[in-house]
Amino acid sequence: MTAETERWGPGVIPYAEMGYWQPDYQPKPTDVLAAFRVTPQDGVPPEEAGAAVAGESSTATWTVVWTDRLTTYEHYQGKCYRVEPVPGQDGQFIAYIAYDLDLFEEGSIANLTSSIIGNVFGFKALRALRLEDMRIPPHYTKTFQGPAHGIVMEREYLNKHGRPLLGATVKPKLGLSARNYGRVVYEALRGGLDFTKDDENINSQPFMRWRDRYLHCMEAVNRAQAETGEIKGHYLNLTAGTMEEIYERAEFAKELGSIIVMIDLTIGYTAIQSMAKWARANGMLLHLHRAGHSTYSRQKNHGVNFRVIAKWMRLAGVDHIHAGTVVGKLEGDPGSVAGYYDVLRVNQAQPDPLKGLYFEQDWASMPGVMPVASGGIHAGQMHQLLHYLGEDVVLQFGGGTIGHPMGIAAGATANRVAVEAMIKARNEGRNYLAEGPDILRTAAKHSRELDIALTTWGDVSFTYESTDTPDVVETPTVV
Amino acid sequence: MRITQGTFSYLPELTDDEIRLQVRYALNHGWPLSVEFTDDPHPRNHYWDMWGLPMFDLKDAAGVLYEVNECRHAYPNHYIRVNAYDASLGRQTTALSFIVNRPAEEPGFRLDRHETTDRRLRYTTHPYAIERPKGDRYRA
Repeated sequence: MTAETERWGPGVIPYAEMGYWQPDYQPKPTDVLAAFRVTPQDGVPPEEAGAAVAGESSTATWTVVWTDRLTTYEHYQGKCYRVEPVPGQDGQFIAYIAYDLDLFEEGSIANLTSSIIGNVFGFKALRALRLEDMRIPPHYTKTFQGPAHGIVMEREYLNKHGRPLLGATVKPKLGLSARNYGRVVYEALRGGLDFTKDDENINSQPFMRWRDRYLHCMEAVNRAQAETGEIKGHYLNLTAGTMEEIYERAEFAKELGSIIVMIDLTIGYTAIQSMAKWARANGMLLHLHRAGHSTYSRQKNHGVNFRVIAKWMRLAGVDHIHAGTVVGKLEGDPGSVAGYYDVLRVNQAQPDPLKGLYFEQDWASMPGVMPVASGGIHAGQMHQLLHYLGEDVVLQFGGGTIGHPMGIAAGATANRVAVEAMIKARNEGRNYLAEGPDILRTAAKHSRELDIALTTWGDVSFTYESTDTPDVVETPTVV
Repeated sequence: MRITQGTFSYLPELTDDEIRLQVRYALNHGWPLSVEFTDDPHPRNHYWDMWGLPMFDLKDAAGVLYEVNECRHAYPNHYIRVNAYDASLGRQTTALSFIVNRPAEEPGFRLDRHETTDRRLRYTTHPYAIERPKGDRYRA
């Protein structure tokens, strides 16, 4: 038989021989690129594993089909063009795959993800599979709305510049009545925070229905605004069982004059894109809580790396997304978190193994998403937070505000004094990371609130080893 | 009350030396400075009056401080702020903005509630100062 008839004979042939392994392929500037971490079953060569991923995430099925010949199939095939062993991880490989732009519907995260992660993760020939990174070409980026407002517009609306924004999640997250809940919001905002936040699972439960919460929170926001002369906001969570209910809640939040609303990642990509359009049309900032992401993002050998979720969410069009703290209670290796923050904030990024970035990425001026750092952080870590996370970030101190011995407003003031003192010291040219504790103690001399906060939480830290780390690290993980 | 707009409102008032250090930080980043003043500190009043144009060509922190003090001299009982502007692509916005002068008395804001149906309220933040005409609001 000739090579041509072998390719089209009935039966099963390796994916690599069906055109999905093309080591000579030069990716086009318009291609969508993906880097997968593949762990093949014993006996499956890495090139075949990479080709199988390319095949199953594009045109292939398990057997030869003659109907391929009715198409220009070479054009539609995903092409695995490189496979590299992962240093220090036996049996793992990074497979680089290029997809032609024609494989994807314009402006649809649902379509992009159904293609790239739709079927392939359950593939038996692989023991595990992880999507590590993607390169989204500007040709595709430009088909998405992107952030409803973005970092620059958010700051201009808020009239807040030159420092991280501060927030807090209302605690306890479940059980407060609407009236008590609004009290926490009022105290935290009048004390000096910019935002307060519903937690991901505060939706509309028997102890507090959404409409009652919205009314009390907006009373609190407006009271605090009048007390301070600053714009304040509370992320009203819109998450609900149907889109109709989400829109109903969104319209009510707008009617009450809220400047920001929130959704959970659990509502799904399409709902997120819909709310991003609604948010832009209605001048509303859109906060996204990444509820559920750790179920598939945390394990190093299987799932989807959070940096990919972050890219999708920038395209989908949220203004805020939780992206890690480095120093807090939740997972977050410093290099990886720096990579997530780059994905969200910069216009152009280069590949950087220390940050886990596999590709260059040109966002074609799509505005940045404000990263949110939340979970087990407190005022005593302000120098580290500024060092690792920078200035364009919302630092959210839930327990670190509400748990202050002098009260919630005092907790908020402690955080605000700490962040302003640290920014001032940094701008003055001080080595704020090394001198951080000293800068905070000096600032606490004119702020009893900060003084008490430092005494209460000064040495609390969460020093567990990260699960999800880049394969290349500059120095051992420091938390 | 104390209006807490600006980057450093929760710290003690900045001394002239401290202002100079912040200005130098901005100049080191290539951010031109500007001085603005107002007697309407409503949080949504984005357009304070400009004390001249942004100082695009002034590279000397002492020169900026001179303008701050000139403005203070002319408007001792107004809010005055110093802004640093980042014109780089992708930013093109204010990078730093802090208050360097306040009226001796800050009466603050009244919260007006317009009650409508179904427990809904419409809120308006009303600066007490704007009850008098511009220029006549904060008398020593």
